[in-house]
Amino acid sequence: MRIKDDIVVAAPVGAVWSIVADPERVLSFMSGVTRWEIAGDIPAGLGARYRMLFRIGAAEVGGLIEVVEFAEPFEFAWTSITGLDQRGRWRLREVPGGRTRVELRLAYVVAGAGLSGWLAERIAAPTVSGHVRQTLRQLGRLVEQEQLRERAARRRAGALDA
Amino acid sequence: MAQPDTTTSARLNGHDPAATDDGSSGPPPRSPSLVDRAWRGLAGMVQRRIPRADLDERDPDFIREQLPLFWLCSSIWFRGEVRGLGNIPDDGPVLLVGNHSGGNMIPDTMVFTVAFTTYFGVERAFYQLAHNLVLSLPGLSWLRKIGTVAASPSNARKALSSGAALLVYPGGDYEVHRPSWQGNRVDFGGRTGFIRLALEQEVPIVPVVAIGGQETALFLTRGERLARLLALDRVLRLKVLPISLSLPWVVNIGDLGHIPLPAKITIETLPAIDVHGEFGPDPDVNEIYDHVIRLMQETLDALAAERRFPVIG
Repeated sequence: MRIKDDIVVAAPVGAVWSIVADPERVLSFMSGVTRWEIAGDIPAGLGARYRMLFRIGAAEVGGLIEVVEFAEPFEFAWTSITGLDQRGRWRLREVPGGRTRVELRLAYVVAGAGLSGWLAERIAAPTVSGHVRQTLRQLGRLVEQEQLRERAARRRAGALDA
Repeated sequence: MAQPDTTTSARLNGHDPAATDDGSSGPPPRSPSLVDRAWRGLAGMVQRRIPRADLDERDPDFIREQLPLFWLCSSIWFRGEVRGLGNIPDDGPVLLVGNHSGGNMIPDTMVFTVAFTTYFGVERAFYQLAHNLVLSLPGLSWLRKIGTVAASPSNARKALSSGAALLVYPGGDYEVHRPSWQGNRVDFGGRTGFIRLALEQEVPIVPVVAIGGQETALFLTRGERLARLLALDRVLRLKVLPISLSLPWVVNIGDLGHIPLPAKITIETLPAIDVHGEFGPDPDVNEIYDHVIRLMQETLDALAAERRFPVIG
C-alpha cells in the first residue's frame, strides 16, 4: 500500500529540512508516531538507524528503520530493517515566493499471506492516510511558527541595535 | 491458551497435588473401581498428548505471518487498546503477570500478544504458559509456534532462564471463568507460585491488567462442585466446569469454545516490580502477593470507571 500527500509551507526549504531531518523533533509533528529513538552510533544522516513505532488500531507497529537517502535539503528516505516492511520519504522542493512543497510518502506491505494480510493493509490505509495528512499540517504549523518567531527575534535585535 | 500455572503455584507452595491423588499422604489406598480406572486412563491419555516444552518450537516467521489476522481480530472485533508497554524492560527476562478473563477464548491474551509482538518485534522471545488441556487438544498445535508452552514450574524456569518474556495468569481457570458480575475483580485464588518464580529467577514482575474479557459472554458460574463431582480436577487438572450463556450454544457447559461478543478490551501494563530491590533480600511472599494484587485491583477499578457500558466500553 502506498500513501502520499503534500503541502506547501511558507518557509524556505532549509527551515523545513532542519526539522524533518532532526530525530529529536519527529515526535513533535509526526502524527501517530509513538517512538522514534536513535538506535546506533549515527544520530542523523545516511545510515542512521531509528527504532520507530506507529499506532494503528490495537497495536503499535514499526521496528528498526535505516536512513537510505539523505540529500540535504531535498530528500530523506528510510527503509525498514525489522518489523513492518515499510519505506518512507520526505521530498522537499522549492516553490516561488520562498516557499517549500513538502511531500510525505509512506509505503508498507503487511507480511501475512492471503486474505488477512490483504484486508489488514486496506483497513489500515485510511488511518495511515489520516496520520500523513495530519503530520504535514503539524509540520507546516511548526515551521511557520518558527519562522515567525525568528523574524520577531530579528526585529527585536534590530530595534535594540538601533 | 493462557491457562494458569495451577500446579506451578501449588507445587511452588509446597503442595504437590499428586501427593493426595496417589494416596501417599492420605488413608490406605482402595482398589480402584472401573470408573476410577477409566478416568485414570483418560488422564494418562491427556498427559501423553501434552507436548514436551521445546522453546525452539516458537517460530518468529509464523508469528509474523499470523499477525495481520490477530491484528484484525484485536483492532476490529475487540477494539483493543494496550497502554504502558514502555513499562516492560526493553530486553532481558521478565515475568508478565496478568488477570485472566473471557473464558477459554482468551481474548485478552490475543490482544496483549499482538501488542507485545508488534511493539518489541517478533525477534524478542515471548512465551505464554497455558493449561495442559489446551495444548493437548487437537488442532491447536499452532499455539506452540507462537510461544505457548504447558504450565509447569520447569517450563517457566526454562523460558525465563533463556532470557525471554513470560506471560502467566496465576488465576488460571479459576479466574477466567468467574461470573461476569465479578468481572472487575482480580482473583488469583491465593496462588503465589509466580512470586516464588520471580524471586528464584531474579526477574522483575510486570503486572498486566485487562478489562472487557468477562463481557464477551455471560459467565454464570465456575461450576466447581460439578467439576469435583466429575473428578475433572484429578483427571484433567480442571478445577472448574463453567456454565455460561454464549454464542452460538446459548447455554454453554464446559466452554470448549464460543463466539465472543465484540467487547472492548483495554489492557494496562504497570511499571516493573523489582521484587528483591523493593522487598529486600529475604522477602515475605504474601506481602509481595498483596502488593501485586492491590496494584492490579486499583488499576482494574480505574479501568472499570472509564467504561460507560458493558461490551461497548
